[in-house]
Amino acid sequence: MSLIELSDVTRTVLIPDSDPLTILDGVNLGVEPGERVSVVGRSGSGKSTLLNLLGMLDLPTTGELCFEGESVPDMKSGRRDRVRGGNVGFIFQQFNLLDGRTALENVTMPLLYARGPRFWGRERIAADMLDRVGLGHRLTALPGSLSGGEQQRVAIARALVRQPKLILADEPTGALDVETGQSVMTLLDDIVREENAALVTITHDPAIAARSDRHFRLDRGVLTLADDIVAVS
Amino acid sequence: MGGFLAGIVGACAEAWQEVRIHKGRVLLSLVGVAVAVCALSGAVAMSAIAQQATIEQADSAGGRAATLTMSMQSPDTTATGRSQATQAWFDVLDRYDIAYATRVLWDQGRVQFPGSVQDVNLQVVDQPYAEMHRTRMDDGSWFQVGDSSRLAPVIVVNTAFWELLGSPALDSHPSVAIDSLGGAKAIIVGVYGTSAWDTYPSMYMLTSHFEQLVDPARAAQSSPQYEMWVPPDLARDLQGRIQAELSSALGSSGSVSVDRTDWGAQMDDPTSILRVITLVIGGIILLLGALSLLNIALVTVRQRIREIGIRRSFGATSGRVFFAVMMESVVATFVAGIVGVICAVLLVQSPMVSDLVSFGGISDVPPFPVSAAVFGLVAATLVGALAGLIPALIAVRVKVIDAIRY
Ligand SMILES: Nc1ncnc2c1ncn2[C@@H]1O[C@H](COP(=O)(O)OP(=O)(O)OP(=O)(O)O)[C@@H](O)[C@H]1O
Ligand SMILES: [Mg+2]
Repeated sequence: MSLIELSDVTRTVLIPDSDPLTILDGVNLGVEPGERVSVVGRSGSGKSTLLNLLGMLDLPTTGELCFEGESVPDMKSGRRDRVRGGNVGFIFQQFNLLDGRTALENVTMPLLYARGPRFWGRERIAADMLDRVGLGHRLTALPGSLSGGEQQRVAIARALVRQPKLILADEPTGALDVETGQSVMTLLDDIVREENAALVTITHDPAIAARSDRHFRLDRGVLTLADDIVAVS
Repeated sequence: MGGFLAGIVGACAEAWQEVRIHKGRVLLSLVGVAVAVCALSGAVAMSAIAQQATIEQADSAGGRAATLTMSMQSPDTTATGRSQATQAWFDVLDRYDIAYATRVLWDQGRVQFPGSVQDVNLQVVDQPYAEMHRTRMDDGSWFQVGDSSRLAPVIVVNTAFWELLGSPALDSHPSVAIDSLGGAKAIIVGVYGTSAWDTYPSMYMLTSHFEQLVDPARAAQSSPQYEMWVPPDLARDLQGRIQAELSSALGSSGSVSVDRTDWGAQMDDPTSILRVITLVIGGIILLLGALSLLNIALVTVRQRIREIGIRRSFGATSGRVFFAVMMESVVATFVAGIVGVICAVLLVQSPMVSDLVSFGGISDVPPFPVSAAVFGLVAATLVGALAGLIPALIAVRVKVIDAIRY
């Protein structure tokens, strides 16, 4: 069974005084556990919209979206939020760390929505996770005082702290220089492999895309296999 | 349910973080809330203390709740008639197992003070009187249970009386000669407290001593009141029965009246107008504090739409977001409420203020009433919840995908 699966998914939005805008058109995509998938595409092609669907933040207009075989649109919204919290970790282009909160508080945040030992042991778990991304010495640093690469490492720690099955990264290196981007991606790859999580990376950088097992291209809402990208690893 | 607890604790932890981060902005409106809570719970506390003082003063005159006072007019005004009435009263006490009861007789006495002979007030009572009227002792002690069998009469006097004697130490067993009771020497065992303006000398004496010493002709002129202290919920029932029983004991030509005299318990609080005014003012300040808190919360919640989107994408349910935003106001006003209550306690218990509200001293100075503290905290928390409601409603309407788009 796929971890998450889109079958013939269309996503349209209604625009006042105009025809509905089709952002995604007949998308089929299944992500298997532990698999690494990349999606490339031009700006405005619908990449973020696709990622929001994979992350259960958005619902398809038509077609099916299933998480571990369960229909996502049929879930009650509270359950959808909890399934997302327990299974999906997001990494954003602009890091999206909480301002004014220390690195440790940022990484602790997802554990606030867990229960049991993960909730009660959240500070220790978060500190361990920051240690794994090489920031064990910057626990009390505020995002503003961290470099871009360090901020993205905090974001990686935050995305992985609940040990999710699926990591969704939307242009994770978009705000970093090439070298820092590569080292952050190496770190992300390593941790994802250790945790045996699936990773979906959205990027416009073929070198980043090449790190994945399967490659897709999104062009004006249509998803196709990208045979021209060759896996490097 | 572990998940439920984790949810509550988590939301409070989130809220506390939020308050900490925005403390500069939040502080000012919280000062208003703290001041209002201080005024509110201070007003409630002061009125409780004033009420206590009033009740004590009333009790010292009319007895505690519930006191039944009987006066009996026997057709036979001789000593036999009087003892018949007294016997009927004792029978009633026995039958209903009433432990606290006293006879009360007002008389005048003439006492030899050093250098002068003066008239004094004399109240003739039984030993339980002090308990029933909350008589407060400044020095020495009230009559003991065995005192009525002592040969020498003992008396308890007020400060004015004691000062006329030159304020002697009580353990030296000072005594006075009472001319009106055949020059009997009475030993002073205690000095009771009254208000400062009670300057006329007064004394208490036990009924048994008085009856041994008093001239029978004089005794015939006055008849005592009979008081008993009964459970308030039985008072009405007992009143009727005792009335009937005493009437039949005295026969048709006697007259008996049984009344509740503990008017203190039934009296209105004389500070109620002051309290209402303080409550209204405090309420207005509290509302203003809430409004400025609401204003700040509205501004910050708009700035935090992105943050709420991020939290939602990491698994926060909309219910959780609602609760957490609401708790921010509640946590803040609760802390302000605690500060306000502490200020109120310090203020009300400062000697100046407690003297002011207690009309110059009461026997049980009540501690800061718990009800007033609880009232202040509840008011603060409610206001916090009200101020948090609107931002919380805005927070749950945040569209996650719009909030995290950049
Ligand atoms: N709610 C919406 N209302 C109107 N238009 C929308 C909405 N959501 C997305 N769009 C439009 O759909 C298109 C695809 O958006 P999306 O954010 O998925 O693109 P993208 O591939 O992530 O682009 P970029 O690389 O710039 O991030 C864009 O043209 C965008 O303006
Ligand atoms: Mg995008």
